[in-house]
Amino acid sequence: MAAAENYPADLKYHREHDWVRIEGGEAVFGITWKAQDMLGELVFFQPPQIGAAIDKDGSYGEVESVKAVSDLIAPISGKVVAVNEKVKADPETVNADPYGEGWLVRVQLSDPSEADALLDAEAYKQLVAEE
Amino acid sequence: MSNWREEPLIFEKSRPGRSASSLPRYELPRAELPAALARAEAPRLPELAEPDLARHFSALAERNFGVDSGFYPLGSCTMKYNPRLNERLAALPGFADLHPHQSPEDAQGALELCFRLQEALAEIAGLDAVSLQPAAGAQGELTGLMLVRAYFQDRGELETRRKVVVPDTAHGTNPASVTMAGFELQPVKTDARGNLDLDDLRRVVGSDTAALMLTNPSTLGLFEEGITEVARIFHEAGALLYYDGANLNAVCGISRPGDMGFDIVHFNLHKTFSTPHGGGGPGAGPVAVRRELEPFLPAPAIVRRDDGTFALDSERPKSVGRVRGFLGPFGVFVKAYAFIRVYGPALKEMSEAAVLNANYLLARLKDVYELRYDRLCMHEFVLSACKLKREQGISALDVAKRLMDYGIHPPTIYFPLVVPEALMIEPTETESLETLDAFVEAMRRIAAEAAESPELLREAPHDRPVERLDEVGAVKRAIVRYEFGEPEPD
Repeated sequence: MAAAENYPADLKYHREHDWVRIEGGEAVFGITWKAQDMLGELVFFQPPQIGAAIDKDGSYGEVESVKAVSDLIAPISGKVVAVNEKVKADPETVNADPYGEGWLVRVQLSDPSEADALLDAEAYKQLVAEE
Repeated sequence: MSNWREEPLIFEKSRPGRSASSLPRYELPRAELPAALARAEAPRLPELAEPDLARHFSALAERNFGVDSGFYPLGSCTMKYNPRLNERLAALPGFADLHPHQSPEDAQGALELCFRLQEALAEIAGLDAVSLQPAAGAQGELTGLMLVRAYFQDRGELETRRKVVVPDTAHGTNPASVTMAGFELQPVKTDARGNLDLDDLRRVVGSDTAALMLTNPSTLGLFEEGITEVARIFHEAGALLYYDGANLNAVCGISRPGDMGFDIVHFNLHKTFSTPHGGGGPGAGPVAVRRELEPFLPAPAIVRRDDGTFALDSERPKSVGRVRGFLGPFGVFVKAYAFIRVYGPALKEMSEAAVLNANYLLARLKDVYELRYDRLCMHEFVLSACKLKREQGISALDVAKRLMDYGIHPPTIYFPLVVPEALMIEPTETESLETLDAFVEAMRRIAAEAAESPELLREAPHDRPVERLDEVGAVKRAIVRYEFGEPEPD
């Protein structure tokens, strides 16, 4: 069951259709409603290793749908502390609930100020409308 | 509702003891096999009488859709008609009955054909030397990158030249070949006109760059307008240029990759020179190179000796070695050579017609589907179903499935990735005006149906052997092994 289009105001967004929820020194990453809509139903999630260092704007994993394989782009840098096992087992969780149960990884941030360069929900909506 | 009867699996039709042939009696002593290698039970093969067997495969063949069944505008695959003449030539006993271990002395005609094909391909590429060894496009890519490696290793630069630049429109095989050849991928962006973004390119190309992999025209069907400048940027950095020949059908006899500045080219004989994959053929992916790279080409090479005879030359100390056990698929070489020779010096008419056909379709469809890069196209073009998606909730997939009801093979969809809801259309040169018009008519009617009766599209196809497939289920719950029921009692 697909979710309805929405971009929560409490998240920050990356131009490559990834979101981040900052929680103190940690953050949760996922892909946006727009990303899952473009990809279609997901069939595979390739997560990073726990403990792996990931760099802002770099690829930290992959998701695959019947249409395409897509890199996951890290909105900010850090170290992976948890991976969503539910999405590994049932990748379509992302389509049903991209901002809740469909989160992808939890990261210990190396420089929380990097988040300042990301888009807020209004700016990201604008970007989606232009594409 | 589909009018097609379901065809059972051959195993479901099997009945013990039936047979479609009787094997000749043999009188030789039975070979002694080590017990560990002998199987305990007979293999479970289907058992059918000949008429049932013939009907089974005829029923499957009727369900197939190939270039001989109808229009097949599968973008980037160049699904042109495969002339019958080619098949007749490839079936000549002197070609078809060659043994892989035939000595070169006994296969002079076949070697001469290979040699002449090499010469024709070198001329078409505008380069100096050709190897026919790579078995298909992806292996041609890998071989090309192995040549890049060997070249820089020979110059002592392999340690520092780690990066291969690939644009974001490239076929997925390009990044895969880069990784497999041990290089690092450096992606570059496409600009607003669909060309390589030159600023992005200048930023990333340097002394650590080994090569560029470029398809020209690109998978957007657009000719790279800055190609001379692109070549200059790479050559000034000491890097090589690799041409992915996937879209060579657009430029044969008109412009040559070697003249554009490319150093290595791979061909897809099975696209550009007929034998498309729906024609049942295997592929062939020869590579052509500039003189400086010739010593690294796969060995053995097919050469003409001074006395006019042909030989396999393995004395190539700098060669990357064999990339394939035997030379072939030879039948594809015969078909490609026949195809090239039938055109002769008029080969450019093939590319001109392919480009004209694509531009005709583009001009007649761009008011109902969106066109991201509004320029003249080459042999193919990419439309988007974005407007239908936004306004009617109809996707490129729905349009593609509905086309099947009109007796047309769908175009490539959702590729290249830089165009959302992409429909990638390549008519090739072998289609008549009537066929092109029928396609335009179908595409325009489908756009109208999307507004009037969207369910018709969402549930399409309606009169094919199978209806809409569960593609997600096919990936997640694939059944790849037939489960036998209980064995029948003897």
